[in-house]
Amino acid sequence: MATTTPYFGTYAERFQRERAARNRMRQGFLIALMTAFVIPFAAPVFWMIATSFKSMDQIAQYPPQFLPNPFILSNYADAFKVVPLWRFFGNTTFYAVVATVLEVFGSSVVAFGFAKFRAPGRNILFLIVISTILIPFPVLMVPQYVLFQRLGWINTYLPLIVPYAFGSAFLIFMFRQFMRGIPNDFIDAARIDGAGVIGIYFRIIIPLSWPSLIAGSIIAFSWYWNNYLGPLMYLNSEDRFTLQQGLAYFIVHRGMSRFDLMMAAAIMATLPLVIIFFVAQRKLIQGIVVTGLK
Amino acid sequence: MATPLQTKKAESLAGTPIPGTQPRFARVFNIRRRETLWFYILVAPWIVGFLIFTAGPMLASLYFSFTKYDIVSQPRWVGLQNYTNLLTDKLFWQSLKVTVLYTLLSVPISTMLSLGLAVLLNQRVAGIRIFRTLFYIPTIVSGVALAMIGLWFFNADYGLINSTIKLVTGSNGPHWLDSGQWVLAAMILITLWGIGGTIVIYLAGLQGIPTELYEAAALDGATGYKLFLNVTLPLMTPVIFFTTIIGTINSFQFFTAAQVMTSGGPDYASYFYVLYLYNTAFRDFRMGYASALAWVLFIIVMVLTALAFRSSASYIHYQDGEE
Repeated sequence: MATTTPYFGTYAERFQRERAARNRMRQGFLIALMTAFVIPFAAPVFWMIATSFKSMDQIAQYPPQFLPNPFILSNYADAFKVVPLWRFFGNTTFYAVVATVLEVFGSSVVAFGFAKFRAPGRNILFLIVISTILIPFPVLMVPQYVLFQRLGWINTYLPLIVPYAFGSAFLIFMFRQFMRGIPNDFIDAARIDGAGVIGIYFRIIIPLSWPSLIAGSIIAFSWYWNNYLGPLMYLNSEDRFTLQQGLAYFIVHRGMSRFDLMMAAAIMATLPLVIIFFVAQRKLIQGIVVTGLK
Repeated sequence: MATPLQTKKAESLAGTPIPGTQPRFARVFNIRRRETLWFYILVAPWIVGFLIFTAGPMLASLYFSFTKYDIVSQPRWVGLQNYTNLLTDKLFWQSLKVTVLYTLLSVPISTMLSLGLAVLLNQRVAGIRIFRTLFYIPTIVSGVALAMIGLWFFNADYGLINSTIKLVTGSNGPHWLDSGQWVLAAMILITLWGIGGTIVIYLAGLQGIPTELYEAAALDGATGYKLFLNVTLPLMTPVIFFTTIIGTINSFQFFTAAQVMTSGGPDYASYFYVLYLYNTAFRDFRMGYASALAWVLFIIVMVLTALAFRSSASYIHYQDGEE
């Protein structure tokens, strides 16, 4: 029976080939599994984008069509007509930029103290800083409002900025972890050159902490950009409103809402953050990874 | 300050550099004191901010919780009345029930789902970066934008979910946001959409597990799920613990989606605790009662955290040398 068996190569070659085939199967299986899971996460994004280019007629069609037909751009322009979005964009940008810069600066100074100075009470104080992360904001809502009302800060951005300019627990923790990795030799060298604490902070610590400062800025900025509860409490005239309050304007009444305009506005409000994340992706990952935030 | 330091330095250089003697000790002591001083100067902003914007307000809030206070007139002391009123307040119990139910469902589901997805996304597969990005994108979307998507998605007539249900089964789907039974399910699904942040934290944790441990376990004959159960899971417990606590605290603060999408309806079926707190304080201006609500929330969160920490020693495994 047995004639010439076809040549399959040496045992080692065959082993390698089989392993490659197994690996390909495994890859295919994993990709299929991931695709199955990613669909529910990506579908809303896709559906949101598609809706923003559809006409109201097409939106009400059954069965639903995935691709916009006709492809309409006017929803984006119309969104600006219905709600003064430009103004809200400007307000939010101002508020988020100022708040982020102050919070990052304040937190970095405090983090420098915790990272590079030994003092009695330091560890206990640091524990207190960390534990404030656990305090729910709603607990502070009422008394802070009373405080800012007495100060005459209602309908200004001050209540949304000032409390965080003194440093926030999360950023202090993040920056401290990073700064602890900066070798003390650099600091000693600067000290020998005659630099004081302030000089060391500006010439050694800040330049060497860039990755974590950028990561922290992005996290803080996106938090301020998306903050809704704070502005809702403190800003009550339309010319001061933030983007998130403006978005809530579109929700007039359930069932008869203009989903085309809503989706266009929601996309425009999210786009700046998407761009920032994509541009700074590598820095963000670097800052978080080196920080050891896990 | 500089001169005595310098003279002492000169002295020790010139003559008697005996360790532990008076001048040297004074020098070290001086440097220590200066370091302490600088430490407190640098952390002073945080201490000041903490006293003014956190500790002070919390004490004030405790005081308000024993008063009747409408902001316009002075607070009037009423003793424990606010707290005793809570006991018979139907909306308090309803909002607590909604929030606890939501937490009990959403926290475990999102923990397991994020961990599973993180393990999946930790595999070496072509195009893994694209998958990671796709999971992360929803977390960038703001709460209000998320609520808008939710309104559109769960729309009973034209929404994608019900359209799909009708296409597949031929029958109509539930009236999600108008249904007392389904509205919480919709809120949970919306929350799950944003687990990308937790996935990233788990991914970082998974990548911190030393490969030697897997190799050692593999030598002992462990494969697949056994590796996961005996190596991955124990080493991930600190991260799981951390995210579960933060997740629980956050879910007790759930607000935006409920406020924007349903205003707590239908018939208070999505009336979350913080929504009730917000309405009591800023719609009805019952600051005293709202403060009592806030303190009850604070105590619940603190008790849960304390219980979690107290029990943690038995199931958390810390790697050696980890701080």
